[in-house]
Amino acid sequence: MNILLILAVVFGTLVLVRLANVAAIASKLSGENEEAEQESANRWNSIGMLAFLIAGIITMFYLINAYSPLMLPVSASEHGVAIDNLMNINWIVLFITFLITQILLFFFAFKYKFNKNRRSFYFHDNNKLEAIWTVIPTIVLASLIVTGLQEWNDITNKSDKMEGIKIQVYAKQFDFTARYAGVDKNLARTNFRLITDVNPLGVDSLDKYAADDIIAKELVMPKGAEIELVINSRDVIHSVYLPHFRVQMNAVPGMTTRFSFKPTMTTAEMQKETNNPKFEYVMLCNKVCGVAHYNMKMPVRVVEMAEYQDWLKAQPLVFPVASEATAGASTATAESAATMTTGTN
Amino acid sequence: MEVNPNKHIAHSAHADAHGHAHGHHDHDHDHDDNFWSKYIFTTDHKMIAKQFLNTAIFMAFLAMFMSLIFRMQLAWPDAKIPFLQDMIGKWGKDGKLDPGFYLALVTIHGTIMVFFVLTGGLSGTFSNLLIPLQVGARDMASGFLNALSFWFFALSSVVMLVSLGVESGPASGGWTVYPPLSALPQAIPGSGLGMTLWLVSMVFFIASSLLGGINYITTVLNLRTKGMKMTRLPLTIWAFFITAILGVLSFPVLLAAALLLVFDRSFGTSFYLSDIFIDGAPLDHAGGSPILYQHLFWFLGHPEVYIVLLPALGLASEVISVNARKPIFGYKAMIGSMLVIAFLSFIVWGHHMFVTGMNPFLGSVFVFTTLLVAIPSAVKVFNYITTLWRGNIQFTPQMLFGIGLVSTFITGGLTGIILGDSALDINIHDTYFVVAHFHIVMGSSAIFGMFAGVYHWFPRMYGRMMNKPLGYIHFWLTLIGLYGTFFPMHFLGLAGLPRRYYAFTSYEAFDTLVNINHIVTVFAIIGGLAQFIFLFNFYYSIKYGKKSVQNPWKSNTLEWTAPVEHLHGNWPGAIPEVHRWPYDYGKPGAPDDFIPQTVPFSETPESNTPHDH
Repeated sequence: MNILLILAVVFGTLVLVRLANVAAIASKLSGENEEAEQESANRWNSIGMLAFLIAGIITMFYLINAYSPLMLPVSASEHGVAIDNLMNINWIVLFITFLITQILLFFFAFKYKFNKNRRSFYFHDNNKLEAIWTVIPTIVLASLIVTGLQEWNDITNKSDKMEGIKIQVYAKQFDFTARYAGVDKNLARTNFRLITDVNPLGVDSLDKYAADDIIAKELVMPKGAEIELVINSRDVIHSVYLPHFRVQMNAVPGMTTRFSFKPTMTTAEMQKETNNPKFEYVMLCNKVCGVAHYNMKMPVRVVEMAEYQDWLKAQPLVFPVASEATAGASTATAESAATMTTGTN
Repeated sequence: MEVNPNKHIAHSAHADAHGHAHGHHDHDHDHDDNFWSKYIFTTDHKMIAKQFLNTAIFMAFLAMFMSLIFRMQLAWPDAKIPFLQDMIGKWGKDGKLDPGFYLALVTIHGTIMVFFVLTGGLSGTFSNLLIPLQVGARDMASGFLNALSFWFFALSSVVMLVSLGVESGPASGGWTVYPPLSALPQAIPGSGLGMTLWLVSMVFFIASSLLGGINYITTVLNLRTKGMKMTRLPLTIWAFFITAILGVLSFPVLLAAALLLVFDRSFGTSFYLSDIFIDGAPLDHAGGSPILYQHLFWFLGHPEVYIVLLPALGLASEVISVNARKPIFGYKAMIGSMLVIAFLSFIVWGHHMFVTGMNPFLGSVFVFTTLLVAIPSAVKVFNYITTLWRGNIQFTPQMLFGIGLVSTFITGGLTGIILGDSALDINIHDTYFVVAHFHIVMGSSAIFGMFAGVYHWFPRMYGRMMNKPLGYIHFWLTLIGLYGTFFPMHFLGLAGLPRRYYAFTSYEAFDTLVNINHIVTVFAIIGGLAQFIFLFNFYYSIKYGKKSVQNPWKSNTLEWTAPVEHLHGNWPGAIPEVHRWPYDYGKPGAPDDFIPQTVPFSETPESNTPHDH
């Protein structure tokens, strides 16, 4: 232990002993009058209550004003805009409640400090009042619950038959991999026992959907398309968190989770929106997953549909060799697989 | 108990365990007391309360110290923290905190604060101290089980402390220890021996909690003195009673969860594990579900929040009423809302799991039940505020902490409405918004309640008064420190900052938030240092504090009718009888502004109302 630390502790204690002594002497000097002492404490602390209330509210408004530019920009997904609206409605309701209750609390504390010539108001029950503050919160909450649940149902009740782009997000310590369904629009099944160095996702090569599956180390999505993330993990629980799209879903080993959403702003548009030419979307791991959890992420881009298709064609297939064997294609890129499949169709 | 003519339970375990202590001797003195039997292996509830309190204070400072280390890391990730290596050895080489140990600190900080300080410390201290004294009993129903409860707690604390020193580091998967991370040492070093010790410690802790809880429930139900109807119990007792029921019903489920985890870790079962490929090889586990663990954990975990909070609310009810010199408003509504909160707490656990892969429809049900909790909570808040309205407030330190509790309960409760709304939870789940929410509503409120309790009942525990001016300084610095620490965290969460991150340096988007992290850490340090004022005041006052009078706060409840000097059995003569509810403060017509529960209506004709009889 460092000597400085010990000194700090020793001096700290001495200061406190001194303070306690000063307080004791002060109380003696004031005529050992406990009542007077308490009266002065009541005065100062009640003023403190009012001061804290005022300073607190001012600070809060200041912080809201100062930090709002630092908050997430406008949502880049369709449902995200709805979530943000819902959030704002909630904030208004809660903010009003917050101000009313805190003001009453601290103001009453300030106003009704002890006065020995006065008695408190012997008031211990009032059914009407209690009914009011049971019923009003119930009504307000009911409306919040209903609107919240409607939104939740809209987000989660996406029909399975929906024509969306299926993208698997496959998590492991400490990175994400994306797998695109290719032209058959279906992802091949996976099995963790098939995982090898060259098949890190354990895709089953015997699955008829396997041949055209595409693998990528960044998540690229076309603007305006319905995206269905199919989320898996191979070791511990991770979480796919896309704050700019208001998307989050855990990746759980042994089961598949899903999240459907529609990106509405390309990266370029968001760069313009945020006035930040270097802005990039990002996917974060948001469930503690090990020592390097804090560095587990994946770059995310939203582009126009045409650009998306060009990009997809340039990505490698899951089975560069296997695709040759099973489908008879001669090259290993998505483009060739795509042309091949289109050809046979 | 043998000294209570109204309760015919002379054959209770208590009488057996204590028969020799005050069955056949005077109650006025404890003969044959030596250091060991008085301070260590005591069965006296007041001493056991002190044991819990002192252990909790130690654990709280340890956990706070941990939080300051990781707060410094979060604010200044590139800086070298002075003395870090001296303090935590290889985990802080050259002043740089190890990323794995960061997670360990976060995990153990949470575990200690939630279980050891705010469950064991809060309930253990005040249920033990106040239940016998306020219901009018000589001691707990079973003094021996009560002592065992503390000894399991102490053992559990020691095991947890030992886990800090193991080579591979303590448990580091977060205080919720979700498998598979907590089940696989390959996944994180902390899931090795450290995690085993964590589980062992929790098993002892659960045993302690159950022994205590059964005792509290039995004592409240069976050992109330004559006239102490359930509807005349102080709200503190109601809170402890409901808390104990919650604990007895929910902690066994945590034990089940922990045992299954032990099986998965050590005996090759697959309750929580399936389809795992780690360290270059597939594991044999098949068919389990990590979600099962989450259901089991949160089935305790959510009632646990109220196990932490309800005693604090109970203490605050008493403290606020006494110091406002005014009856608590809506006594029955307060009991009713606690019962409703307790009931709801068992059917809301899924709100911790909206985005874990649980069926979304199930999520909808949990949204509904969760937001219902806001109604009884709102009733409580309005009742507290109405209690202050037209009161006659004595600003003692405990009153300040009581008011602080109501403030943090409001602030944190409101953000809970956001988090309980599944659609809104999607984007703030597991961000700093959550950290802000539960530190304010559960952490701050509960610790404020605990401080209120300590300042208020210190004279009852140690026969001396704590220093008031130091108490005021402590309160204001703590209040400012807590709000300064946790309020800005809401903004971090709304900006999408994930919790349990060692550093944010590799995310350019978060660079703008670094100032907020500085502010948070500076206030955390202020709040942390302020606790040393309390620490000093507490121990200084035990030795040198002003001697207390019997009823220093002019309070109505029974504990202040017992003499200042502690004795086995609490009251030298017969146990006092109770004739009225505990909140006759400022009653019109009465000569004083308080009428103790022991005063019969026949002695107060001037203040009786038509309902009094």
